[in-house]
Amino acid sequence: MSRRITAPLKILVIDENPIRAAILHEGLREAGQPDVTIVDETTGLVNKIFSLDPDVIIIDLENPSRDVLEQMFQMSRLIKRPIAMFVDKADGHSIEASVQAGVSAYIVDGLKKERVLPILELTVSRFNAFARLQTELDEAKTALENRKLVDRAKGILMNARRISEDEAYELIRKAAMNQNKRVADIARSIVSAADLLG
Amino acid sequence: MTRKRGNGSGVLAEIHAGYIPLVDCAALVAARELGFDRRHGIDLRLHREVSWANIRDKVNVGVLDCAHMLAPMPIASSLGIGHVREPVIAPMALGLNGNAITVSRSLFTHMADIDGENARAGGMAAASALAKVVAERRKKGAEPLTLGMVYPFSCHNYELRYWLAAAGIDPDVDLRLVVIPPPLMAASLRAGQIHGFCVGEPWNSLAVEQGIGRIVATKTELWRNSPEKVLGMRLSWAEANPDRLTALIGALVDAARWLDEAGNRDEAAAILAREAYLGLPQPILMRSLSGQVVISPGAEPRRDDEFLVFYRHHATIPRYDHAVWLLSQMIRWGQTAGDFNIAELARRVFREDLYARVVSPDGERPREVQSAVTADGKPRNFFGGESFDPDKVIDYIKKFDIRSPHLDLRALERANS
Repeated sequence: MSRRITAPLKILVIDENPIRAAILHEGLREAGQPDVTIVDETTGLVNKIFSLDPDVIIIDLENPSRDVLEQMFQMSRLIKRPIAMFVDKADGHSIEASVQAGVSAYIVDGLKKERVLPILELTVSRFNAFARLQTELDEAKTALENRKLVDRAKGILMNARRISEDEAYELIRKAAMNQNKRVADIARSIVSAADLLG
Repeated sequence: MTRKRGNGSGVLAEIHAGYIPLVDCAALVAARELGFDRRHGIDLRLHREVSWANIRDKVNVGVLDCAHMLAPMPIASSLGIGHVREPVIAPMALGLNGNAITVSRSLFTHMADIDGENARAGGMAAASALAKVVAERRKKGAEPLTLGMVYPFSCHNYELRYWLAAAGIDPDVDLRLVVIPPPLMAASLRAGQIHGFCVGEPWNSLAVEQGIGRIVATKTELWRNSPEKVLGMRLSWAEANPDRLTALIGALVDAARWLDEAGNRDEAAAILAREAYLGLPQPILMRSLSGQVVISPGAEPRRDDEFLVFYRHHATIPRYDHAVWLLSQMIRWGQTAGDFNIAELARRVFREDLYARVVSPDGERPREVQSAVTADGKPRNFFGGESFDPDKVIDYIKKFDIRSPHLDLRALERANS
């Protein structure tokens, strides 16, 4: 999303994941929100918030300090610009989208929701993009590990039974089909059996 | 998320439940691990969460069907305090007791120096020693003490405040109460960022074990057999899934009964100690589970059979009088204006009727008045010998000297006449 958001706000991002925070920071800057502070540590969080006095606070749901922020609402009489969560039923869809994306946002009481919703939407889309990247990375790692396993298994079979690489792969493939397992699982069994048999 | 109904084909209905990794999530964990869920035709999927706010939000948007909740949370959601209003109910309680108030070793030393008898007596008396420390610090112009608790809508918050106020300490004026996530409490204590906290187990025992804290009051000393956690869910889920709800309550009651049967606590501790659940040492978890509590580093364990109760003493009933008491404290401290009918709201949120449909009463019903002595003759310890009658809750609120300056007694009386 590269729609420009007018009137920059002071945004605080609480995220222990530096890559995800960088992706979000970039997205916010592109959208015309350059005033972003990223905090990855949660000790002294309340003091940091007091001194920074942000308009918007974004925090990832894996951060236990969400409950610290919740307490700050209850003390809002004592803070000069009290912060709040979306408390309008109409925002139900936004809340759901942000929960699914793994992020939560708090805004200064009185700030018009229309100014903040685009920021929240951008954050949700960046968090989701990061999650997809993470999944792709995990899948690529698994695929690579499986390739290595299958290569080792083929080598073991080729040595043990004096067959070609193609024949070895065919054996593994057939065993997988017959046992209703995945090729990688059969390969893993061969490798660990070989380790034990010495 | 797939939803399978039990339809006789052997496929179990899934129920997704959130929990926070505390010892008192045991009923949910036991229901799953001991197979009580399957026996009742459901497949209970547990989801570990890191904050109460997450639990609240995930239940609200339907990512979770139900959850381990702090007893005041369904009330706060139903009132729309701090977040969107969503009718959330408690058709069952998940146990009683389990919390404690722990202070740093240096604070305890100060308390003991200034008033050794009260400091060492623990319970309500310990707050008197703390009051003297507060007074002395004020005279010297020292920073106010800071105490941690887990969430604004928690029994920890209300118990801590009650304990302080009974000794003449105003929690909002004479010291600071802050929220600290339980896993960070011991570190905050060690770093001197806080001077004490009120939290559930195993966090008190861990602080003692690490040599940095001393337990000065247990929840059983403040109010024996008091509410702590409930099973919370949206009213809409309960209404749309009556069969699943029946099965869920059945499974959890079986689990709670199992937990309170002699000899099962060891196995419970072993299961909770696993990485998938609390990932903390079994001996530490056993302290609260076995009622052998070590209150200061190196001390002999003290026996407290009620330290953590799951089924005995009507612990699974979502009691009306407990809901009224919680509301009285929420109003007392200005979390809500109280301009609504307390009795009606309490019955709407704590659904004893839904529980009673599933579980027929085991003998006598609990008496609804918190009197000085319980049915089995033991002292109730209701905050040092006070009593509480839910039918006289307005009078009860009126008698507090220390309370929020924003408390509107007239609005309260108008709505509750």
